[in-house]
Amino acid sequence: MASNPSIHDTTPQATQPPVAQGGFYSRLSINQKRTLWAWAFLAVPILFYVVIRFYPTGNAMVLSFQEWNLLGDRTWNGVDNYITLFSDPVFWQVFRNTFAYLLIGTPVSLVISFIIAYHLDQVRFMHGTIRALYFVPFMTSAVAMAWVWRWFYQDVPIGLFNNMLASVGIAQIDFLDSTTNALPSILAPAIWAGLGFQIIIFMAGLRAIPRTFYEAAKIDGVSTWTVLWEITLPLLRPTIVFIVVLSSIGFLRIFDHVFNMTTANPGGPLNSTKPLVLMIYQTAFDSFDMGYAAAQTVVLFVILLIVSLIQLRILKDR
Amino acid sequence: MKMNIRTALAALATSAAALGASGAAAQEVTIEYWQYFFEARVNAMDQLIENFEAANPNINVEMTHFPYADYRTRTAVAVPAGEGPDIVQLFYGWLNDYIDAELIQPLPADRFSPEMVESEFFPMVQAMERDGQYFALPTAVRSLALFYNQRLLDAAGVEVPTTLDELVAAAAATTERDGAGNITQVGLTTGMTAQDHHWFREVLIRQMGGEPYTDGYRNVNYDNEAGRAALDFYLGLEEQGVTQSGFMDEPQAAFRGNRAAFHIDGSFRIGALNDSRGLDWGVTELPAGPDGTRSNYSSYWVNAITSSAEGAEYDAAVLFMEYLTSPEAMQIWLDVVGELPARAEVGMTEENANDEVFGPFIRGLEYANTTIFADESAQRQVLVDMIERVQLQDMDPGESLSIAAEAEQAILDDYYGE
Repeated sequence: MASNPSIHDTTPQATQPPVAQGGFYSRLSINQKRTLWAWAFLAVPILFYVVIRFYPTGNAMVLSFQEWNLLGDRTWNGVDNYITLFSDPVFWQVFRNTFAYLLIGTPVSLVISFIIAYHLDQVRFMHGTIRALYFVPFMTSAVAMAWVWRWFYQDVPIGLFNNMLASVGIAQIDFLDSTTNALPSILAPAIWAGLGFQIIIFMAGLRAIPRTFYEAAKIDGVSTWTVLWEITLPLLRPTIVFIVVLSSIGFLRIFDHVFNMTTANPGGPLNSTKPLVLMIYQTAFDSFDMGYAAAQTVVLFVILLIVSLIQLRILKDR
Repeated sequence: MKMNIRTALAALATSAAALGASGAAAQEVTIEYWQYFFEARVNAMDQLIENFEAANPNINVEMTHFPYADYRTRTAVAVPAGEGPDIVQLFYGWLNDYIDAELIQPLPADRFSPEMVESEFFPMVQAMERDGQYFALPTAVRSLALFYNQRLLDAAGVEVPTTLDELVAAAAATTERDGAGNITQVGLTTGMTAQDHHWFREVLIRQMGGEPYTDGYRNVNYDNEAGRAALDFYLGLEEQGVTQSGFMDEPQAAFRGNRAAFHIDGSFRIGALNDSRGLDWGVTELPAGPDGTRSNYSSYWVNAITSSAEGAEYDAAVLFMEYLTSPEAMQIWLDVVGELPARAEVGMTEENANDEVFGPFIRGLEYANTTIFADESAQRQVLVDMIERVQLQDMDPGESLSIAAEAEQAILDDYYGE
């Protein structure tokens, strides 16, 4: 009868539920198990990113359409923040500054670091020591470095550079107290600080180029320039893409050097050194205008996105 | 934190005492107090709490403090969330936002009547009143004075100046240059980024016959002759070569480094100057204007009861507020922190008003004004930019002054929603 087997089955069935999960797991193939475990482990960082990154990002985007001073309630004000932003002359000044940091900083640091890496690659004498010396600034705290350079740039009687100029009878240069000199003066230590990292990456890239190409070129009697243009640089493309994207994002987000070298008058004189990130910081934590600061953040996000996409396209697809 | 252990022990001791004396009428209450970390302030508050708890055995006060850098943000986040303290220390300039958001409660009029505050406190404290009620009161206040370097004055053979003209002459006599004409020692330090924007607003403009703002600090009123005279005087300091803005990076650094004869700064600088070895300094009242007018700028931190204090905690908070604003607390604060008493009777005692160091600041309180800022750093930036447009971009001073007045008015209008 049909009922009998079911009675027979009751005992195994009663004990089955606890086993069932183990059974489900044991029924999976090796690949499925791997996927399951991969997801289990990935869930932790994903959860972390959702809470720490994605939620605040979304929240900031919502906030950019609101007005909030941290104390009161959030109130909707539509696109007012964006209208204020785009009609604010300071924003456009800051926008120009941000791109000045990017358009001067990235190529200059790229060329310098490539030249150093290229020559360092051919040096055998004290190679490790020299490489370490170039890398030290990258490990140094940006804040400490900015304050030391700030001291270098002071006027007589304390500034290092101006004291040197004065001792040979040359007029002092206003490094930081000038609307034209201040931005390059702040950019210089920022470039210097990033060189070490870029040199290391370039050297790794150079070492990865197979020796056989160079040997073949040597047999053909090709000039050094041709080797550089036709072999080294094209094969370094992935390395260059990586460095350009990374350093562009770095210069677009420049903050610590500017803030620490101009603390008394942040981004000054007359906003001539103020990058977008510093403007956001001031709007949020000096003026407590959170909605407006969020709108600026969204604009920065869009700029970073566009610049990165353009660079990836141009440098990768050819 | 050491303090928390101590307060916890105190709480244990008092609660044990309460258990022993079971049936005692008063109930145990714990209230929380927040301020930013500055060692002398924390020490002074420890003393005040100890005295207060001795007098009110059933009340425990727990103090929490944060680094100054994120104090404003932390209180602004915690208080609305209901996680904040019962009594909080706030900068006077933040008060409007807290009142508007209903995060602090008015002080009970029977204990802190407007008449009492007006007659007993220095006049600038009246900025803490709104609609006939006081929302907060300070223990201590700060004002500006003119610091001088005695050794540099002696070397140049000049006396301590008492008027602006004497100041300029004395500064000229103490300025030194190297062979190429580079300034190596300034007569007077300047920098709008430091305290000069207060000196310009509340002192120089008034001394030139003006009034910097009208309508309760809602309307800018310096784009006129008085404002122009004040600006010309200020710019003239650099043109006459008795100062150089940005000299040695910061005004106070130049003064502490024995490279400046005169320096205008607040009473909060006293402690740092006392720690500077080899610096022989003195201090005097800010110089009087051309017609003898004196003025000063005063700022202060206030204590306020937050909206989270209710019932027994509210009553305890009121008692603690009374103690914090008492003459005894103010004297302790002066002795430990070096900040000036907010009550005239404490400040103007024979001993305090004639004190070599505190005297000039305390006397300055009698004619001090307190700017009601909408956004202090933005309003300061307006004056910083005003000077830089002239000095770095050769703009006409009158034009720069008009731009500054307009920019500051825009900040005020935006804040007051006009």
